[in-house]
Amino acid sequence: MTRVALRGLLGRKLRAGLTAFAIVLGVAMVSGTFVLTDTIKAAFSTVFTAVYQNTDAVISGRSAISRSSNGNAQSPPSLPASLLGRVRALPEVASASGSISDTAQLVGRDGKVISSGGAPGLAFSYAPSGRRFSPLTLASGRFPREADQIDIDASTARKYGFRVGQRIGVVARGPVRRFQIVGTVEIGGVSSLGGATMTIFTLPEAQRLFDKVGRYDQISVAARHGYTSNRLVQAIRPLLGPSAQVRSGRAQARQATKDTSGFLNIFQDFLLAFGGIALFVGSFVIANTLSITVAQRTRELAILRTLGASRRQVLGSVLLEALLIGALASVIGLALGLLLAKGLNSLLASFGIDLPQTATVFKTRTVIVALAVGIVITLIAALRPALRATRVAPISLVREGSLLPPSRWSRYGTQAALGTILGAIALMLIGLFVSTLSTGLRLLGVGAGALALFIGVAMLAPQLVPPLARLLGWPATRVGGAPGQLAQGNSARNPARTASTASALMIGLALVTLVSVLAAGLRSGFESSVNSAFIANYAITAANNFSPISLASEQRAARIPGVTAVVGVRAGAGRAFGSNVNVTGVPPNASRAIRVDWAHGGPQIPAQLGSNGAFVSQAYARAQHLHVGSPLSLETPSGSHLQLKLIGITNPPKGASPYGDISISEATFDRAYQNPQNLFTFVNMSGGVTAANSARLTAALAGFPDAKVQDKTQFINNQLQGLTSLLNLLYVLLSLSVVVSLFGIVNTLVLTVFERTREIGMLRAIGMSRRQVRRMIRHESVITALLGATFGIPLGVLLAALIGATINFGTFTVPVGTLVVFVFLAVITGLIAAIWPARRAGKLNVLAALSYE
Amino acid sequence: MAANGSGVTAGAQVDLTAVRARDLTRRYGAGATEVHALRGVSLDVERGQLVAVMGPSGSGKSTLMHTLAGLDKPSSGSVTIAGIEITELDDASMTRLRRDHIGFVFQFFNLLPMLTAEENVLLPLTIAGEAPDREWLDQLLTKTGLHDRRRHRPSELSGGQQQRVAIARALVSKPTILFADEPTGNLDSRTGGEILELLRDSTREYGQTIVMVTHEARAASIADRILFLADGLIVRELTDAHPAQVLDVMSTLQS
Repeated sequence: MTRVALRGLLGRKLRAGLTAFAIVLGVAMVSGTFVLTDTIKAAFSTVFTAVYQNTDAVISGRSAISRSSNGNAQSPPSLPASLLGRVRALPEVASASGSISDTAQLVGRDGKVISSGGAPGLAFSYAPSGRRFSPLTLASGRFPREADQIDIDASTARKYGFRVGQRIGVVARGPVRRFQIVGTVEIGGVSSLGGATMTIFTLPEAQRLFDKVGRYDQISVAARHGYTSNRLVQAIRPLLGPSAQVRSGRAQARQATKDTSGFLNIFQDFLLAFGGIALFVGSFVIANTLSITVAQRTRELAILRTLGASRRQVLGSVLLEALLIGALASVIGLALGLLLAKGLNSLLASFGIDLPQTATVFKTRTVIVALAVGIVITLIAALRPALRATRVAPISLVREGSLLPPSRWSRYGTQAALGTILGAIALMLIGLFVSTLSTGLRLLGVGAGALALFIGVAMLAPQLVPPLARLLGWPATRVGGAPGQLAQGNSARNPARTASTASALMIGLALVTLVSVLAAGLRSGFESSVNSAFIANYAITAANNFSPISLASEQRAARIPGVTAVVGVRAGAGRAFGSNVNVTGVPPNASRAIRVDWAHGGPQIPAQLGSNGAFVSQAYARAQHLHVGSPLSLETPSGSHLQLKLIGITNPPKGASPYGDISISEATFDRAYQNPQNLFTFVNMSGGVTAANSARLTAALAGFPDAKVQDKTQFINNQLQGLTSLLNLLYVLLSLSVVVSLFGIVNTLVLTVFERTREIGMLRAIGMSRRQVRRMIRHESVITALLGATFGIPLGVLLAALIGATINFGTFTVPVGTLVVFVFLAVITGLIAAIWPARRAGKLNVLAALSYE
Repeated sequence: MAANGSGVTAGAQVDLTAVRARDLTRRYGAGATEVHALRGVSLDVERGQLVAVMGPSGSGKSTLMHTLAGLDKPSSGSVTIAGIEITELDDASMTRLRRDHIGFVFQFFNLLPMLTAEENVLLPLTIAGEAPDREWLDQLLTKTGLHDRRRHRPSELSGGQQQRVAIARALVSKPTILFADEPTGNLDSRTGGEILELLRDSTREYGQTIVMVTHEARAASIADRILFLADGLIVRELTDAHPAQVLDVMSTLQS
């Protein structure tokens, strides 16, 4: 029986190959993700190990606020220079050196800040005394000695054509300044840290530039001979206050690696999710393809049964076939994953996420997971067709056609489908709305619910196919003539098959629709919020739209003639009531630039904040049970506690709020936060938004290449850029599952053509031309694709409505234009899928087709 | 009818020959495994004739029919249908020729399961994009006894009824020649007899030219002419023969 299965598989190489392909892409995505993230992690680990290899202990500032959601202005507090003297005085210490690390941006020849997609501009200090600790190695030139000299990273120098001896603009805290490049450097053996630029100043210049005169960000320590780094750390610890910490060099490298791994793990899960979706879609395709091949082998199976094969043997032979296909697909997918890892990397790079890489890391885990996932999913998908194959009775031998006996449960099909759909929706509702469950459980509920929903709709789909195929095939009968009419009939001929093929595409389209509807909601919510809140003439933000920028540009803007108000919105992280919060610092005249509704208080509140006033949003007040007059303790990153009193509650627009969770006065903010920075600076000018005013503002801020002047419309568009990039990335990743379903359509069509060989021969004999045959297949493919769209797009909208109801994203908007585009894309998918099967059908030799059995 | 000026030359107007074959040979394979299915067959089928082709299996009768119908290309020799040389036609021209001049009836009825009987009958016209002649269709459906079954699907029809649909489908475009490949091979003898009668009638009443391949003496005996093939050559010919005569000839061929 095993031999029969193997021979059968060999005899159907093409079909086996097509089936395998459905799972290859998903496996490739999984293995590619592992290879990519493992490689990046290894690269970071290598870099950080190299960075700290000569350092026995590292003293750094300890932020009271652990990572916050928005990463704004939370650099840890710096260390007093006096600490260095005390550390050096320890008997365990051989040498110690202080250094500065901050951010500064390089200015390209076009006068714009050099930035590859959100990667920061890193700034380091260099001091000859700290040379042994420095992670930097010279690629060319030398280290800076004078205040106006800098080194830059070799990668930026190469990419933007800067050489030693040339001058380059640098933006740190103030306006742009020009420095002479005296060298190019690498860090930890790599020329680039994920697209970040590096600028190396002399230590005194760095301290001056970043307002850290007499302070260090980090002190690196080497142990005297005979002392372990642990001893050293223990010796240093008593010298430190609460806002400083010490770690061994190795621990520091581990910590740094862990910090980046945290991000990379999220990134890995994110990509794996898309691999999982592709595999899920692939399982639909496999189940369908195997159902068709089993159906076409009815006669063969019946012969085997007549010759005495048991049901168990039939089951075994089909499962063995699936096992081999799954194994083959997984191996190919694994290999393809290696290529995909490179492809993903360049994809991410094209979206501005440029990650460091070393030699490709190919872990055993990657092999095991990829193979296991591919094989197990194929086997699960094969189970149903295999079980149905066992129900082929020997009598089928004498029957015509290739129809599987109906499953034992088929008469309960509709009820089961409806039950599954209701259960799925219930599961999702529980996940979405039962807030007492843990986040993990809730996510699981939503995910499993969505999965079950897809399965339920796919189960129901066969009932819907005949009427829908008639409807969707109607245009084909109009434009396609006889081939169109036949295609319409063909697509409803085997509803289960058509439904299953369309369902695979449905999943991809539903997810794409979900994403686009949510994005449209976010977009319109954001737009209407900004439209109501933004009452200033202009806004100044960082060139990348989201980094906080130094106050220098705000100060410059205030001196421009004609400027009537400047409102800088400071942003930082804090801690209140045991959780991280976003803190904003607002000037007294904030209400001249920003309008929000007030639940308690009014536009005069920003002016009344004083040294201990605060206002919060109504949502935050509700969550923390706060009222006007409530006390409020806010911990800042430097560890100080601000004792505040609530004097106002805003009712901010739904889509986006200009204020963080807690807002305090600008003056209080500037006192409590080291290096306060603005997230936005709003500017009003007499005369409002005019070409002349725009030009004057832009000209005045020419010295600040990291500051971008924009009016309200530009501001909205710029702020939405990140969303657009994310949306595009999601589209690209989801297109993978659409490609898988495209292969599903190809499979079905090829198998169908194969099954209808004699029929096509007859059609050719009675006068159908090759073109008409091709057109008939194409129309059938497009009808199937349109069925996928008909199921998928409304399902996506439904999912978006469910999910959108829980996340506060403003307005529920159906992007009709985008959805119409998706329908067109479905049609194009159908056309592409049909190319090859249609060619095969067209090329059929009439005589051979007619005598085909 | 055939589109002139498209590379297909229309035959002489007064040509009474529907199909003409000259020196047809057909070889399959090469070298030691070479098989000569046809070794030089020439024949003329006059318009309005019903010609049966008989012969033991392997005699080349199917190859002859396939070659005459343009489904298979001869190794040498020529075939003309309605005066058109078909051996050199490309696929598109051959398709047009089939639409205009050729009808087929197969052993397996080869109906489309999702179409009704009437839709199946009209299929050649639908494919060619031609409007049906309703009167002719009604006449055909009446003649084939399908009038009250026109809305039925093939699965709701008996084998004989399905073959009637197939015959009506072959006649609907009034082809120059109808090729029938073992039309009764898949039917019981009574139903088969009705089908043969139908073919005979269509020649008598409508002047339909028919070439039928069969191995049944009774089927062949309805023909105006019976051609006997053996080893790729026409070895005998009978006109208006009785089944007994046919059987006699066949027994000499098979021995």
